[in-house]
Amino acid sequence: MSTATDTALKAGPRPAGGIRQSVRDSLVVAKRNLIRMIRIPEVVLFGLIQPVMFVILFTYVFGGSIQVGGSISSQDYRNFLMAGIFAQTVTFATAGAGAGIADDMHKGLIDRFRSLPMARGAVLTGRTIADLAQTALTLIVLAGVALLLGWRTHENFGKILAGFGLLLLLGYAFSWIGALIGLSVRTPEAATSGGLIWLFPLTFISNAFVDSNKLPTFFRHIAEWNPFSTTVQACRELFGNLPPGFQTPDAWPMRHPVLASVIWSVVILLIFRTLAVRKYRSAAA
Amino acid sequence: MPGAIYAEGLVKTFGDVRALDGVDLDVPEGTVLGLLGPNGAGKTTAVRCLTTLLTPDSGRATVAGIDVLKHPNEVRRSIGLSGQFAAVDEYLTGRENLQMVGQLYQMKAKEAKARAGELLDRFHLADAADRPSKTYSGGMRRRLDLAAALVVSPPVMFMDEPTTGLDPRNRQGLWEVIQELVAGGTTLLLTTQYLEEADHLAHDICVVDHGRVIARGTSDQLKARTGGERVEVVVHDRERIATASEVLRGFGKGEVAVAEHTRKLTVPVTGGAKLLAEVIRELDARGIEIDDIGLRRPTLDDVFISLTGHAAELADEGNGADTEADTELRPGHGARSQHSPAAGSRRSPGAESQRSPGAEPQRKKEADK
Ligand SMILES: Nc1ncnc2c1ncn2[C@@H]1O[C@H](COP(=O)(O)OP(=O)(O)OP(=O)(O)O)[C@@H](O)[C@H]1O
Ligand SMILES: [Mg+2]
Repeated sequence: MSTATDTALKAGPRPAGGIRQSVRDSLVVAKRNLIRMIRIPEVVLFGLIQPVMFVILFTYVFGGSIQVGGSISSQDYRNFLMAGIFAQTVTFATAGAGAGIADDMHKGLIDRFRSLPMARGAVLTGRTIADLAQTALTLIVLAGVALLLGWRTHENFGKILAGFGLLLLLGYAFSWIGALIGLSVRTPEAATSGGLIWLFPLTFISNAFVDSNKLPTFFRHIAEWNPFSTTVQACRELFGNLPPGFQTPDAWPMRHPVLASVIWSVVILLIFRTLAVRKYRSAAA
Repeated sequence: MPGAIYAEGLVKTFGDVRALDGVDLDVPEGTVLGLLGPNGAGKTTAVRCLTTLLTPDSGRATVAGIDVLKHPNEVRRSIGLSGQFAAVDEYLTGRENLQMVGQLYQMKAKEAKARAGELLDRFHLADAADRPSKTYSGGMRRRLDLAAALVVSPPVMFMDEPTTGLDPRNRQGLWEVIQELVAGGTTLLLTTQYLEEADHLAHDICVVDHGRVIARGTSDQLKARTGGERVEVVVHDRERIATASEVLRGFGKGEVAVAEHTRKLTVPVTGGAKLLAEVIRELDARGIEIDDIGLRRPTLDDVFISLTGHAAELADEGNGADTEADTELRPGHGARSQHSPAAGSRRSPGAESQRSPGAEPQRKKEADK
């Protein structure tokens, strides 16, 4: 006992606070979630298979029949499509964050965290950081598959990296929406389905898979102001993947997609982070 | 000065259920309060309110002198919590779990690692330390959770049914850990279904039911409320019950209760062991063969039943291996609580584990009434 108590006393709780503690606690929780991902590789694997399937389906099934810009070449469509698939992939990671947090609530682990003198947002930040790492991994693999299938970029490396940066930022912002959903539902299952439902209209009423100019007027307006479309458009610009003869829509976010994408993501991030952290603090598991 | 754990008029409702209906608590520093009560009494709710996990509807509380509602984060720095259900990450190993908790208590990574190692040894988890806790048995997970609560040896501890699901050896081990902690000055609030445990560990006991404290005091005080000692005899021959009853009437201070079916006679007495010896001699002189005889003082079980009108429900039925006779014949049973509980009164582990509380004797006692 004596040795046990000694360390404990020496180590006793030290005054905490500030950004440093927030960062430290978040990283401790992120590490925990990353270890979990490594021990449950199925989750990561399924997260990879789904977008790869989308890529294959869209390129080979619809590829020849969808006209983008003035082109019906399937190579042009393939290039056009990839930004959409990448963006869809990062948003679908949202459901994972929600399910993970709901699962912690369910198992009572959140009670343990909430009884510790740790930074307020760290449980959620740690989770979303881990999800970001997973998303990054998924994107790398997906980009490799896309290259194998004939996807080509036409801009310099810096711009391409910037495109992926925007995708990750969007994914990170969306994972906070997932966190809020995870904290608001009673079961992990509900978090998974609740986290997915709204993503379908969001990603399909957009420019991800089709040229928004060809949508009916009502949907076209929605698509062109959709934050999701904005990032897709920004990536197409940065990757040099806009098809020949493509007419940039008049909507402001479509004309300044990179700036608009950053603004949208940051706004979503700030709003949903605030809401989620507030919800976390009041949540009765 | 209020104690290390202090609550006044705590109320918490969930819809129509008044889980806490005005609970007052005051636990002096360095002592153990045992919170007893049937299922749904509000024990867990009280613990959750005091550990900042729930906000009470009204009332106030301080822990280690800090206001729970105003400064929850300061309170968290001074407490360790082991909840009713083990809160460990099942995909992390035991070591990783403890290290994580240590770091979230703001220990340095190295310190947290060293501390994790010590606790794993202490809770007999060293062999399983590097396996995901998913592979642990229920009792192992429970011990890991308790270890997590002890990572920083906080001045105030809360344990919600800490020994539920532990085998007798590990229960005994945990009792020792608790006694050492308390000897070192830790204040503990402990909820339990094992009255034995409260009797053994707690300085003061609060019995709660329907969100209210219905009785409080030391274990001896509570037992005194339920009545004095009595002699119980089980005669071998049904025909001799009448004679035995006559003998007992001569020694007793009240009515002799006779249970024909079990051939058991009970009579309230004063005079302790000396009187018991006389009773035995007299029965012998009359040639009455006896199967069992004992001097019985009220146990906390009796207190519990008389206060709440129902028996404590035991979550862990598997441990109830002892028999009623075993309990009653042990000399000095009931005098246990005269030991100053946490000051290190340690009896042999063997005796302890035989007396592990069980559901079986409980039911028998009830049936006899
Ligand atoms: N989150 C909740 N929502 C609704 N009702 C609740 C909630 N938590 C507790 N209750 C109710 O409050 C009452 C007290 O529950 P509590 O868990 O505090 O009892 P307990 O004394 O710990 O019981 P046990 O011995 O079974 O653990 C019960 O009636 C329970 O149903
Ligand atoms: Mg409980």
